[in-house]
Amino acid sequence: MAGNIPIHFSTVPDEQPAGTSDPKWVQWLLITVALAFLGLFLFLPLITVFIQAFAKGVNVYIEAITNPEALSAIKLTIAVALIAVPLNAIFGIASAWAITKFHFKGKNVLITLIDLPFAVSPVIAGLVFILLFGSRGLFGEWLFANDIKIVFAVPGILLATIFVTFPFISRELIPLMQAQGTAEEEASITLGASGWKTFWYVTLPNIKWALLYGMILCNARAIGEFGAVSVVSGHIRGLTNTMPLHIEILYGEYQFAAAFAVASLMSLMAIFTLIIKSFLEWKAKKQISTEN
Amino acid sequence: MRKAIFKKNQVLPGFGLTMGYTTLYLSILVLLPLSMILLYTAQMGWKDFWDTVLDPRVVASYKLSFGASLAAGLINAIFGVLLAWVLVRYSFPGKKIIDGLVDLPFALPTAVAGIALTTVYAPNGWIGRLLDFKVAFTPIGVVIALTFIGLPFVVRMVQPVLQNLEKEVEEASSSLGASRFQTFRRIIFPELLPAVLSGFTLAFARSLGEYGSVVFIAGNMPMKTEITPLLIMTKLEQYDYTGATAIATVMLVTSFILLFIINIIQWWTNRKFIH
Repeated sequence: MAGNIPIHFSTVPDEQPAGTSDPKWVQWLLITVALAFLGLFLFLPLITVFIQAFAKGVNVYIEAITNPEALSAIKLTIAVALIAVPLNAIFGIASAWAITKFHFKGKNVLITLIDLPFAVSPVIAGLVFILLFGSRGLFGEWLFANDIKIVFAVPGILLATIFVTFPFISRELIPLMQAQGTAEEEASITLGASGWKTFWYVTLPNIKWALLYGMILCNARAIGEFGAVSVVSGHIRGLTNTMPLHIEILYGEYQFAAAFAVASLMSLMAIFTLIIKSFLEWKAKKQISTEN
Repeated sequence: MRKAIFKKNQVLPGFGLTMGYTTLYLSILVLLPLSMILLYTAQMGWKDFWDTVLDPRVVASYKLSFGASLAAGLINAIFGVLLAWVLVRYSFPGKKIIDGLVDLPFALPTAVAGIALTTVYAPNGWIGRLLDFKVAFTPIGVVIALTFIGLPFVVRMVQPVLQNLEKEVEEASSSLGASRFQTFRRIIFPELLPAVLSGFTLAFARSLGEYGSVVFIAGNMPMKTEITPLLIMTKLEQYDYTGATAIATVMLVTSFILLFIINIIQWWTNRKFIH
């Protein structure tokens, strides 16, 4: 349940009939309280990240994000996201196609099973892979005999990341493709186009913004995942440390400026994610309003 | 097998391929790993299982995780409705940016949120130094972190409902002599309630399992500020796989009950709209 809520649109125009607006002082009071709440919980922590990052000066900042350990953490984080996001995107498209274009029994059960990773604590998401591939796990002896390392190595990090980001893209695509129905694809097939061609020229243009939206959310979670990755990583510096784990180590060693320097990179990425997300919401809204 | 569930007159291709891929990917990456929890728990005796999950230190962690998630969920339910209301009904400078930033907890890595909140609420932090009581490294700190994590859920569930609410009903209510507050309490709030409840339950469920943002601010003192996911972590570090799995089973069962409750709320909402 960690996660996301599908894109919502309002088709009702904003207008204010008589007797439905509040007095000006009530408006300003409520706005002030709401902003104060956001200030305490969102703005202050976000500003703190950047102030702490530069607390020891620009040189410490640059050193913290360019030393070999930081760079290897950045590389590993990007590599994991580059593999996990496309894999989940392919799964998202395939599952949404099967679920929304065909009728079969047990459809709701399948949707619930796809959502399952959101209901599972990240720590448990890591634990299950230890139980499978750890030294005392189900495949532990076999893996040891064949000299294959999965947990406390990069494959484990990848598996845990795929697990926690599993439902993101399906969740965006299924409601949208359900609403769009099958008429356009059926017309295309009847007119003689192949299945791939139909998908490529008919379905994909219809779902592209929702697909990108899901991929952006999936990517943010893949890059930022901490609990699940922490369980399976083994924290080997320069080898199996992702950016969030690197931040934890630096923070634990009281290297606060360095920890916040790496954290500031991740915060910039989060802000960038939010900007693209707003842009995609605007695009999807425009696509729907031009179709109506 | 496929013919029996495959509807006749189906024009579109690709059912076998996409369905096969979906089931295979889902089974290997989610179902097989999750079934390990059942397998390991089944291997434990009843006595071992109950001894582990009812250990005083573990029970103390349930109380903290449950209580703090409940408190954070309630804070978010109240301020979530307020935020949704302000964002939908009023206009003020910077509204679009504020609206976008509400999703920050979904985008910001939990470890970053954890160290930032700890710095702000520590005794020498910006907020911490203004308060007479300790926030960071106490259960209040846990509530703060969980409030951050659950912040977008209620807002994002309530916003669309509020946007699609027909203003005519409010107009009628006010022209019949109801005060603004009466209109909100009797007309608007009942419409929002299912969305508030789903948002609250989603935030609550997320909070129960949350790890990254909490471990920094909690202080992690046994019996006092240890959350349940941290205990799974501790057991794993001691190579106590079965102990970790037993606690995980309790958490999973709780999550599934919550998932069930969310489905009931959604079913209830749909029924209400269809009449």
